[in-house]
Amino acid sequence: MTDGIDKAREEFFSEAQELIEMFSRNLLALDEQGIGAADPSIINEAFRAVHTLKSLAGLFNATEMGRVSHTLEDVLDRLRLGRLKASPDVLDVLFAAVDCYGAMLAAERGEEGLNQPQIEKLMGVLGTLGESAVEEAPDQMAFDLEPGLLAVLTEYEEHRLKTNMDAGQALFRIRVRFDLATIDKALEDVKAKAKPHGEIITYLPTGDAPSADAIELDLLMASSSSLEQLEAALGGTDLTITAIPRISQASASTGISSLSTHALGTSSFAAVGEETAGSTVAVGDNPRTEPPVNAELNVPAVPMLRSVADTVRVDIRKLDGLMNVVGELAIVKSALNRLGDRLRNTQDRELRREVSRIQRSFERRLSELQDGILEVRMVTLGQLFDRLSRVVRQISRDMGKEIRLVVTGAQTEIDKLLVEELGDPLMHIIRNSIDHGIESAEQRKAIGKPVAGTIALNAYQKGNHVVIQIEDDGQGVNEAAVVERAVRAGHLAANEVEMLSRAEALGLIFLPGLSTREQAGEYSGRGVGMDIVKTNINKLGGIIDIQSEYSIGTQLVITLPITLAIVNALLIRLLGRTFALPLSSVAEALMFDEKLVRTVDGREVMTLRGSTLVLCRLDRFFELKEPALPHEGPRYKSVVVATMGARRLGLVVDDLLGQQDIVVKGLGPTLRHVRGFAGASELGDQRVALVLDAGAIIEEALAGHDAVTTMRARPS
Amino acid sequence: MSDFSCLVVEDSPMMRQLVVFALGRLKNLSVTEADDGVDGLRKLASASYDIILTDINMPIMDGLKLIQRVRTDPKHKDTPIVVITTEGGKEDRERALRLGANAYITKPIQAPKVIATVKSLINID
Repeated sequence: MTDGIDKAREEFFSEAQELIEMFSRNLLALDEQGIGAADPSIINEAFRAVHTLKSLAGLFNATEMGRVSHTLEDVLDRLRLGRLKASPDVLDVLFAAVDCYGAMLAAERGEEGLNQPQIEKLMGVLGTLGESAVEEAPDQMAFDLEPGLLAVLTEYEEHRLKTNMDAGQALFRIRVRFDLATIDKALEDVKAKAKPHGEIITYLPTGDAPSADAIELDLLMASSSSLEQLEAALGGTDLTITAIPRISQASASTGISSLSTHALGTSSFAAVGEETAGSTVAVGDNPRTEPPVNAELNVPAVPMLRSVADTVRVDIRKLDGLMNVVGELAIVKSALNRLGDRLRNTQDRELRREVSRIQRSFERRLSELQDGILEVRMVTLGQLFDRLSRVVRQISRDMGKEIRLVVTGAQTEIDKLLVEELGDPLMHIIRNSIDHGIESAEQRKAIGKPVAGTIALNAYQKGNHVVIQIEDDGQGVNEAAVVERAVRAGHLAANEVEMLSRAEALGLIFLPGLSTREQAGEYSGRGVGMDIVKTNINKLGGIIDIQSEYSIGTQLVITLPITLAIVNALLIRLLGRTFALPLSSVAEALMFDEKLVRTVDGREVMTLRGSTLVLCRLDRFFELKEPALPHEGPRYKSVVVATMGARRLGLVVDDLLGQQDIVVKGLGPTLRHVRGFAGASELGDQRVALVLDAGAIIEEALAGHDAVTTMRARPS
Repeated sequence: MSDFSCLVVEDSPMMRQLVVFALGRLKNLSVTEADDGVDGLRKLASASYDIILTDINMPIMDGLKLIQRVRTDPKHKDTPIVVITTEGGKEDRERALRLGANAYITKPIQAPKVIATVKSLINID
């Protein structure tokens, strides 16, 4: 039974999480469109999200969440009904509520304590919003609508009708016939086409269902477009648009306030269709119907908020479990392959053929299974980017800087676990950009930059990697200050400074304890960030690079593997030991020729197709001296060209053993800090191989300067 | 075979599940779920139910339209309707009752209340 309760709680958490995210997306959309001029349906959607959150909180005894939701629901209700004026200040409070929700949900999950001061602060501010009510316009029904119609409108719809009426919009009835099987999509389609022309106030089923598997709806729409324009936009069969005439103010006796009428017509509208036959156009039968013009229909980017019914939520740990099983099966596969090899010498050709057939089919299915699970793990970066836009908005407001966030590539997919781990580092980078990168408005004006700073967030897939770029148009990193700090912190000696290349100097920013500012900003702190950011990115098997130009801006580039769950690896041999190197970071492998090696600046290099490749003899790099097992020296060695981002390194190894899918397991707490290794993996023949961390090796081997060796911690 | 059938129209999966769970205590009741008003109409097009439980606030087509539709359809006009509502949404709840809903339950949902309400409207043990 506890299982059932736990499960229900888990579902509560994930639904609550989704609702909070929806609420947050609504707020971002409101902010983007300007809260006063925003699409009213967004406020209604935000209201509905909080409304459901309140009900959920009540069910799960999340008392504080219920209390906050109750007050918030009230505020949003008044906002959507026009009883509270929408202003940027109100929006700020709503954004604060998102953060508060996040904390309360974490508290419910037992991840942290309840932040009572935060809640009280929010409740206090929400309370003050109650007083700034605006007067509702007097009830006057200026359209020839039947009272029966008004009775089925919700309070919100009634308010929208009035608001549109007051704004002098014309009213139309769009009668559409839908096939019940495809209504969801068809309705979205009509909505999207109608959106640029006005607001759909309500959807009413008419009495006349033409058949059991069809339904007829009347859409009541307010618009400033003409009947002809609407026809052209919505044009389609089974669709009739009628203009609803205004009635003179004098005869407008049917006030909305007289709603208590019980009149329930079989059709939702009065018979205005007949009276105003001249303005009724059956688009489907209209001979002069032109092809629908929808090229210029710029539908605002309001996220689609309807939940998709045929999806299930799965705990990522369950997928990990499945992935482990796939890993075990990969081991079975290797064992099967070895069995096949042994059978190669048998005389029983029938048996051999049978085994090889099973082997092939097993391999194919296993790889399908693996791809399937990997695909399920993939999520887009969109949610994370939404969260970041909120942070940008919050911080820039608090710091009085105007920031424009440009997001591209939000649909790039990456392993769910990586997304979770990416949040903090990205958040930190963005805080740094706003706090230290983007200049104050006065400074920007003085040097002729646009007053609003820009932060561009871009993501794209590159082979088996995902690249995330964060770029600002701020003042750039002050290299001299960074170098000076590095010297002062003892990371390098003063006389080594001039030997640093520009890139190396900039790279120093990732060393521990470096801040180029005396004054710690409230948001980015005291420079504890960048080394931690780097460590976190490295932990995910990725690397981070920085480029910066004085007064032009800074760009950080993060390169990450798409998934950590399963890795296709190259097995290599080094002094009798086997290591695995993820193929995602291998560009090519070639035969090693000692004669081609030259020494430049104390480094071994060779020329590969016209460009210089720095070499790293892995046995020396790891200080391996004795062979693990008695072995014959290799006839010839190989060079594996490892790449990460823009950097390449030639790894000199004794032998290449082949390619295999491996499941990487962590090294455990004691060995976790040893750099150069991503973990260990079982190879299927009772052997275990260490998995090399190409990113870390490349970084260490290319960390040009000897003085920077303090960065290195060799495995001993 | 169940003796009675029920349609639950609610857009929040969690809420719907809880209502269905509560109704599960009634042995001879079979439950059909719909995730919004349109889906509710779709279900009503192909079957009749002994009782309908519906939320008011739902995307696209809300509960009020559903109630009006049911009350004006000769096939369904006598089916008892229970509205699931919040204490806050008083105005909309009253409109629902004026449109012909028979009873209402307020959220948070309490199983005994759901059962008592259903029992008061149809003759079920």
